Amino acid sequence: MAQKAGVVVFPGTNCEHDVAGALRLVGAEPIFLWHGEATVRGVDVVVLPGGFAHGDYLRPGAIARFSPVMEAVAAFAASGGPVVGICNGFQVLTEAGLLPGALQKNRTLRFMCTTVDLVVTSDRSALTAGVPAGTTLRIPVNNFDGSYVCDDRVLDELRAEERIVLRYQENPNGSVDDIAAICNAGRNVVGLMPHPERASSKLIGSDDGLVLLRALLAARIG
Amino acid sequence: MRFDAHVEVRLRPGIADPESATIERALPALGFDDVSSMSTGRSFRFAIEADDEDSAAERARELATALLANPVMEDVSTTVEPGRD
Repeated sequence: MAQKAGVVVFPGTNCEHDVAGALRLVGAEPIFLWHGEATVRGVDVVVLPGGFAHGDYLRPGAIARFSPVMEAVAAFAASGGPVVGICNGFQVLTEAGLLPGALQKNRTLRFMCTTVDLVVTSDRSALTAGVPAGTTLRIPVNNFDGSYVCDDRVLDELRAEERIVLRYQENPNGSVDDIAAICNAGRNVVGLMPHPERASSKLIGSDDGLVLLRALLAARIG
Repeated sequence: MRFDAHVEVRLRPGIADPESATIERALPALGFDDVSSMSTGRSFRFAIEADDEDSAAERARELATALLANPVMEDVSTTVEPGRD
């Protein structure tokens, strides 16, 4: 039976159909989870897609963390369920305190829409399990607030515990330590700025994103 | 009683502030060679019902740290004063 992948939809989310399509490509059954409902409906994994949740007013993710669905996502994460936040979803997870640090304006002060090379720097996360460290993936980024920032204590912790999951080969936005993705201490919650769902077919430039989404679905079984 | 609150949110020292750096770079062209240490931020004003000024200030600080600022990268300063009708 296909695994159920919850795709959280806030007002202003705009990547949910791309994410659902990519999840179907790797054999999952996407289930949309409306932000106003405090349940994840028994899904196997949860994805928070990109967009501009609640208009990104105040700060990206600042209002979304108060949506009823986030309590259910936090409970799911606390029980070990795999949760991945992509782009705006990453911002929501940091604002909700499920991941440390924050995303600030790109150092270039530009909205950035380009394809970058990422290096897998830890295979110990829900998104990279089974993907050997050192693997290079070509995946698009598309954001304004994509520069990861945290204090030195958190950075030391992330490094020491190998919780930096993906790094940019060439840092596009001033992210601390070239960070493109991190995971929580439990390794089941991952946030990344790049969009794996937009690298889901060689026809559109790359299908490297599917490597990550496959790993995500395997995470629940393993 | 009604109090007027003013919360100012600014990036913490040490956090990259490309916006302020860009503004500062533009200043010499306008003849403002004497200006430095630019920093930008956001300002929030709201009214708050409280028994006294101290509890109004406390509530305003709670709101500022719970929502208006992200403590990872931002500092807040809060002032309250008796409301002007």
